[in-house]
Amino acid sequence: MLAMNFRGPFQVRADRNRPEPEIKHPFDAIVRVTRSLVCGSDLHLYHGMVPDTRVGMTFGHEFTGVVEAVGSGVKKLKVGDHVLVPFNIACGSCPHCKQELYGNCHESNPEATAAGGFFGYAHIAGGYDGGQAEYVRVPYADVSPTKIPEGMDIENAVLLTDVVPTGYQAAEQGGIQKGDTVVVFGAGPVGLMAARFAWFFGAGRVIVIDHLDYRLEFARKFAFAEAYNFKEMNDPVVFVKKTTDYFGADVCIDAVGCDATGSTLQNITGKALLLQAGNATALHWAINSLKKGGILSIIGVYGPPWNLAPIGSLMNKGITVRTNQASVKRLLPKLIDHIMSGRINPKEIITHRLPLEEVPDAYRMFSKKLDNMIKPVLIPPRANMA
Amino acid sequence: MKNALENRIEEFQDRVIANRNMAERTKDIPGWGMDADPENDPTYPMKHSNGADHQRLDYEKAPQQPIDIEIFHSIERPSVTRVFGTSTPPSGLSGAIRRHAYKYSEATAAHWMTLILADRIDVIQGKLNDFKEGIIPNPWIERGWKAEWKYNRPAFIRNAAITALLITGGILLLKSKKRSKHFLQ
Repeated sequence: MLAMNFRGPFQVRADRNRPEPEIKHPFDAIVRVTRSLVCGSDLHLYHGMVPDTRVGMTFGHEFTGVVEAVGSGVKKLKVGDHVLVPFNIACGSCPHCKQELYGNCHESNPEATAAGGFFGYAHIAGGYDGGQAEYVRVPYADVSPTKIPEGMDIENAVLLTDVVPTGYQAAEQGGIQKGDTVVVFGAGPVGLMAARFAWFFGAGRVIVIDHLDYRLEFARKFAFAEAYNFKEMNDPVVFVKKTTDYFGADVCIDAVGCDATGSTLQNITGKALLLQAGNATALHWAINSLKKGGILSIIGVYGPPWNLAPIGSLMNKGITVRTNQASVKRLLPKLIDHIMSGRINPKEIITHRLPLEEVPDAYRMFSKKLDNMIKPVLIPPRANMA
Repeated sequence: MKNALENRIEEFQDRVIANRNMAERTKDIPGWGMDADPENDPTYPMKHSNGADHQRLDYEKAPQQPIDIEIFHSIERPSVTRVFGTSTPPSGLSGAIRRHAYKYSEATAAHWMTLILADRIDVIQGKLNDFKEGIIPNPWIERGWKAEWKYNRPAFIRNAAITALLITGGILLLKSKKRSKHFLQ
């Protein structure tokens, strides 16, 4: 089959000779992919920043597909069902899953206790091949995969596997109170969703900070946000303090993670020397921009082992840090309702639709922000097979 | 930066803007306030605690996926999980280095830095395997240079020219050193 094949940092192949996945466990399903996305967090893998990313792996944790086969223990899912597959691989029966922390399953990732199992996200997330392929093995098929509601656009469905719930949870974690000023660092797909959903929780102001003008312009339209370019600032923290009456933001959301820019020191230590897991500038700014007693929601991805962040300020300011991988299954009913009721149309963030064969271009363009890309969709050749 | 944005904005406008938004704009923002939860300050229970934590690892588990390839597991857990990915089992030198890395916990640099080293060696192994299978890596396609050429041509040409210049400079330097060595002899 055709699938993305990681060959090393900045090098991926559209490989036509990948073996088709097989049922390995009674609770498995095999899904024929109909749409697949490239995520900002895939870029951390692409840039070689995540340990135990092995050559030959297929990435992709955001996909929809048609069930082609099921294992002997699968009861709910049927062959022919068109499903959206949340990026979390969740057993449904460990204490974390039982308490709706589906992103923290204890029975899907042998290699690390610091993360649950995710599709196509290196061996620190269980070593599963992902959805940038024609077919995928989906473990615990009865737990998270969800039939796409009738009438839902397939592009909205595929965005529900990660970006939409992740952005929603970023806002939810912020504990936003009516009238709060919320600052979102990063106008990538997740930051845009977080900004948009901040209003759902009653925000009074939503401010987005990034360095790409085309994304800031999109944030103004899509997320109804005030949007500012930090390249026009000497110091973004002073900007936030000043624009919040020298008080600090009520809530800051770090929607950037380890691939930030904006600090030479962080670039050298994090990207050139790998002395820390990437560049934590957004996290640094977020902590410093908060009011005393403010809430920091971290949704941007940071890899192991550590990052430079001002812990002393967290303590002295009494900041509450709230963070987790999105628990997609927990949020799906509410988010499906928001989409089906027309309150939000997430597919507006999709700017590029590429055949799976062009996956190297998709990564390069997304990484370098070429052609004003915000979110690319990959369409496998057998996506529309009856 | 003299003309920095923070020096150009009007001060003490935060509540003015927030109140104006709430009075005038929120009616035009679909869904505004509908998920507001006054109790979400700051410990809204995203975790629906039901005491399951105190079961520890004593819960009903799925059958074990057959372990028919080499799978590492973190030493912070007792064994392999009931399901696991079968992508890219460890192999060769990079596999041996990974095997060593998994002797250390996730709290150690020895674990993560060793894995990064294994990743870099794996890239070389990947190239050798490609050649062994008669595949010649095509950077024009696989590195997305085709897209770069289409959408970012001036920067692409500039970077290519700088790289070519550096390589040529390096070769000339090496040659001149060799020549001067020869001359001295």
